[in-house]
Amino acid sequence: MHRGTRSIAPSLTGVLKIAREHVSAIIAHARDDHPDEACGVIVGPEGSDVPTRLVRMINADRSPTFFRFEPQEQFALYKQMSTAGEEIVVVYHSHTATEAYPSRTDISLASEPQAHYVIVSTAESSATDGPVSVRSFRIVDGAVTEEEIDVTE
Amino acid sequence: MSVEVRIPTILRTFTRGEKAVHGDGATLQEVLDDIDTRNPGLKERIVESAALRRFVNVYVNDEDVRFTGGLNAPTSDGDVVVVLPAVAGG
Repeated sequence: MHRGTRSIAPSLTGVLKIAREHVSAIIAHARDDHPDEACGVIVGPEGSDVPTRLVRMINADRSPTFFRFEPQEQFALYKQMSTAGEEIVVVYHSHTATEAYPSRTDISLASEPQAHYVIVSTAESSATDGPVSVRSFRIVDGAVTEEEIDVTE
Repeated sequence: MSVEVRIPTILRTFTRGEKAVHGDGATLQEVLDDIDTRNPGLKERIVESAALRRFVNVYVNDEDVRFTGGLNAPTSDGDVVVVLPAVAGG
């Protein structure tokens, strides 16, 4: 089970502050969809960098090695966010056979520069209650920067 | 009147930070050509080899243009075009 890390000293990388219930929901989604990759977002008020509302998205590819938001569902999400003044704060997805680190595909397709990219790996646990790892990254212009995760109660 | 094109965050470097730009044209292709004259480089991030890029979704008035003619999808004054990079990875 993932344990939240606290940022004690400021570092070069940023911090994702995320509610424990959201971390649990991401892990639950990853387990539900294992061995296929699960994906979704946590949206929040535009410019706030605060993730408030988690939305499970359909992986249109239903694949153990790839994910893509279903285009109509992504458009519906866009409309909701526009109306509510929200944006994507976290993009999450699972790796089901590899570590929780951005793949080459993740890096080349990353297109939400304001977002935290959270990856959960179910490679060790499968769909069971075994250990999972959860890590967070910024991916901007092909550059990956890992950041700490500060889990809030 | 013209066609409004909503620009995703990642492409706003081509629009001086603007969330939406306006263009004229009877098709999506013409609108993109028009806005590219004032926002050079923008079209290339949406179109590749005369087709929409595989990981860019474009909607005209809520319709995914992949089902309405792609770059030939008709547009007219007052239409809203939304450009959304696919959220995808591996």
